[in-house]
Amino acid sequence: MDSDDALECSDDSGVARAAVRAGLAVGLAAAAYGVSYGALAVAAGFDIWQTCVMSLLMFTGGSQFALVGVIATGGVAAGPTAIASAAILGIRNGIYGVRMAPIVGGPWWKRIVAAWVTIDETTAVATNQPTLRSQRIGFWTTAAATFIGWNLTSLIGALIGDALGDPRAWGLDAAAAAAFVGLLWPRLRQLQTIAVASAAAVIAIVFTPVLIPGLPVLVAGVVAVLVGAFNWCANSDPPLVPLEREGA
Amino acid sequence: MTLWLIVIVASLACLSLKLVGYLVPHDVLDAPAPSRIANLLTVALLSALVAVQTLGAGSALHFDARVPALIVAVVLFALRVPFVLVVILAAATAALIRLSGWG
Repeated sequence: MDSDDALECSDDSGVARAAVRAGLAVGLAAAAYGVSYGALAVAAGFDIWQTCVMSLLMFTGGSQFALVGVIATGGVAAGPTAIASAAILGIRNGIYGVRMAPIVGGPWWKRIVAAWVTIDETTAVATNQPTLRSQRIGFWTTAAATFIGWNLTSLIGALIGDALGDPRAWGLDAAAAAAFVGLLWPRLRQLQTIAVASAAAVIAIVFTPVLIPGLPVLVAGVVAVLVGAFNWCANSDPPLVPLEREGA
Repeated sequence: MTLWLIVIVASLACLSLKLVGYLVPHDVLDAPAPSRIANLLTVALLSALVAVQTLGAGSALHFDARVPALIVAVVLFALRVPFVLVVILAAATAALIRLSGWG
């Protein structure tokens, strides 16, 4: 972006290729953990169809893992809190959409498709590219790679989970906790996020014996609203999408 | 509430939130609070889920094979081991501990 016109012109296909490479790398990484989502969903009691419909329609890993996690501990009775957890984790995709709308452009149907695939991965790759053209290429490449990969590996994971049987014997309940640590890890870079994460964990544990399953997780979210509204333990400049997996 | 209803309602909720982002005016982001709160909500919920998934059993707290498995996961993520490998090794840790008769 800072380079002069001549350099920008000769460099254009290189920039586009870099965007494609980044998109494929991130898509592949996301697809890889679709297997753990599929296996955990089946272990929590969802059938293979339900597991796959979530990957197709919801298409946002954090919310899907959350829904599965809350149902795994609270059963169908925890449905409302499971839905609320998934929705609250989906709010950030709306924020990404505000950022991505002017980059994507185009007619309304294109924006609907774009909104569907606006997640951590696509937003991170797009906003990391230097030119508008490469931002669009990065966004759609990541979207295609992630969408195909995530749905395919969700199905594979569901089939594996179905074949495994007793989830506890295979440590799948521990795998769920590990998966959440993996989603959380890239976000723990500033004092503010570390403070909120610590407080939220403590609150969730303290409220587990007194509230119905699923609710302690939502109560822990209050910390985020308070700290965010008053900007306690403020960061200097937090990134829009903290994404460690972008190796390209 | 059936599992199907939960799946459909949650999916539509998440899909709607994505669409809302494309409909609101761009200057929403000029106020830093909304995006800061959304980011911190993600952190808080994921962290709470880690805690509940590790120690919760319905409305009780259980200290079992999930705790050493979580410690293994944290160490491996700190060493930048890939996501899938960490999840598999954490599951294997819990599975082996249970095979030995505890947790």
